[in-house]
Amino acid sequence: MSAVGHGAAVRIKACGKTFADGTRALDPATLDIARGETLVLLGPSGCGKTTMLRIIAGLELPDAGGKVLFDGKDMTSVPIERRNVGMVFQSYALFPNMTVADNIGYGLKIRGVPKAERAACVAELVALTNITGLENRRIEQLSGGQRQRVALARAVAIRPGILLLDEPLTALDAALRDRLRGELNRLLRALGITTIYVTHDQAEAMELGDRIVVMRKGAIAQIGTPREVYFTPQNRFVAEFIGAANIIEAPLQNGSLVMPGGQLRIGDDVTMPATIAMIRPETIQVVDAGQGSLSGLVDSVSFTGDRQRLVVSGASSRPLNVDASNAIRVKAGDRVGLSIAPEAVRLLPLES
Amino acid sequence: MSHRTFLWLCLLPLAVVTMAFFLLPMARLVIVGAEGPQGIAGYLAILAEPRYRATLINTVLLAAATTIVTLIVATIAGMFLQRHRFPGRSVLIAMLTFPLAFPGVVVGFMIILLAGRQGLIGDVSNRVFGEKIVFAYSIYGLFLGYLYFSIPRVILTIMAAVQKLDVGLEEAARSLGASPWAVQRDVVLPALAPAFVASGAIAFATAMGAFGTAFTLATNIDVLPMLIYTEFTLAANFATSAALSVGLGLITWLILALARSFSGGAVAAAG
Repeated sequence: MSAVGHGAAVRIKACGKTFADGTRALDPATLDIARGETLVLLGPSGCGKTTMLRIIAGLELPDAGGKVLFDGKDMTSVPIERRNVGMVFQSYALFPNMTVADNIGYGLKIRGVPKAERAACVAELVALTNITGLENRRIEQLSGGQRQRVALARAVAIRPGILLLDEPLTALDAALRDRLRGELNRLLRALGITTIYVTHDQAEAMELGDRIVVMRKGAIAQIGTPREVYFTPQNRFVAEFIGAANIIEAPLQNGSLVMPGGQLRIGDDVTMPATIAMIRPETIQVVDAGQGSLSGLVDSVSFTGDRQRLVVSGASSRPLNVDASNAIRVKAGDRVGLSIAPEAVRLLPLES
Repeated sequence: MSHRTFLWLCLLPLAVVTMAFFLLPMARLVIVGAEGPQGIAGYLAILAEPRYRATLINTVLLAAATTIVTLIVATIAGMFLQRHRFPGRSVLIAMLTFPLAFPGVVVGFMIILLAGRQGLIGDVSNRVFGEKIVFAYSIYGLFLGYLYFSIPRVILTIMAAVQKLDVGLEEAARSLGASPWAVQRDVVLPALAPAFVASGAIAFATAMGAFGTAFTLATNIDVLPMLIYTEFTLAANFATSAALSVGLGLITWLILALARSFSGGAVAAAG
């Protein structure tokens, strides 16, 4: 595949964005993206992730002092048409007055690539994105999934240094989204282009990202691999935004959290006067009543096939979510013991 | 009373109005056109008679030129006004659309004030070159007048269409390397095609049939509405003026239909 390995390394230096009406969309942020890496900007709407993407694309100018560098070259004042970035929009933004093939080949046509060469490249991308047979269709004749593929093929056709994807799967229904997510993942790995992917969907971020930038209210909350942000969140926001989390507020005494259902040992070397702890539901073991460090009452059981989600009250100040094996026989009203390994408890700084 | 009867009753006023003010006079007009000394052949005279034919061609060319120039001016202005926010913007829009309220006579009067014998342009050119430039009473004056009242009509339609444009399309084209010119050519103008056809049709039809301005300025211009007027009032040539009226309607309709089908591909493409 000719489009492989055209990645550029990206460096964002102190890029903030304040809009003309005075709204601060992005606090000055610094970020390094390695050549060929897939970086996901993840956060709820209004967290500044799209603004960050548009600054990298060249659709927004950062506030004074901010710099965008591609492979060490300052691109801050270079307009998007000369940055060689491939972009996929949430609405796909396919040209309605052109066929599928013309859409994919548009960037090459603008670059003056001869017709025959262009056609060969379009054919290659059509095959790669699984839309063979649709080349001469008009855009309004395509389904959502097909449009998404055309948008991706069009962005990749120009052999961009950086591929920018703005919520590319959000407009699709859930089943299609899951399928295309896997397909997109394979494609991004095969292409090896530096990719920046914006989404509010943490499952997408986990599957696609080499690293995830979790954003909140215009600031970066944490940067890390999917494992890092999942297992060692640095604050309550990240803990709750990524995956399911039990947030426990309890006083710490002699290396144990003191909770209504018992004392939870987490180790002696803890010096933090912490009062917030995070425990993932799947790290809590259900054991017989009287065993384990905590005891509680099962409020409800939802059986989902591969596992069952229990809500246990009385153990903590708030009911705990517990993901238990589907083999355990337990019903609402049962008294159970809970066993939690010390390393499964993550202490978090108290937030104002 | 059944539901259906009720519906028919509701349609009655429409039927009456259509009959009284449209179908009957039109039918009468068509008949009168064939009642001259030449009979049905009176219609052919519109095209055969050199004076009528020249007037007809004049009128179509004038209307076409007005439409094209209006579209160019209004598209640029409309796009700018819709995309930019600046102090005085709403005042400017109000000023640009103000001529909508003027009758043709007033527009003609303004053209005379600008380019007539005592006009501003004549005054200035007299002082600078020692020669008085006067074009209010020529086809150029008429063209300027038509432009003046066509632009507001078109500008509003274009502004509405520009507002509905997906900015993402332009950003996508730019990300693919398209220069500002290429974005306009490949993305913006095709997307505005339906608005061009709709507002261009109005500009063309208005310019074909405008009378007030022509009447105010007309000393030596022959346009179709003026010709109809002179045939009717001065020559009392009822048949010819009726035939010319029918011809004016038909030709305008025909050209608009052609324009619509010609741009059909573009309209569907932008849909």
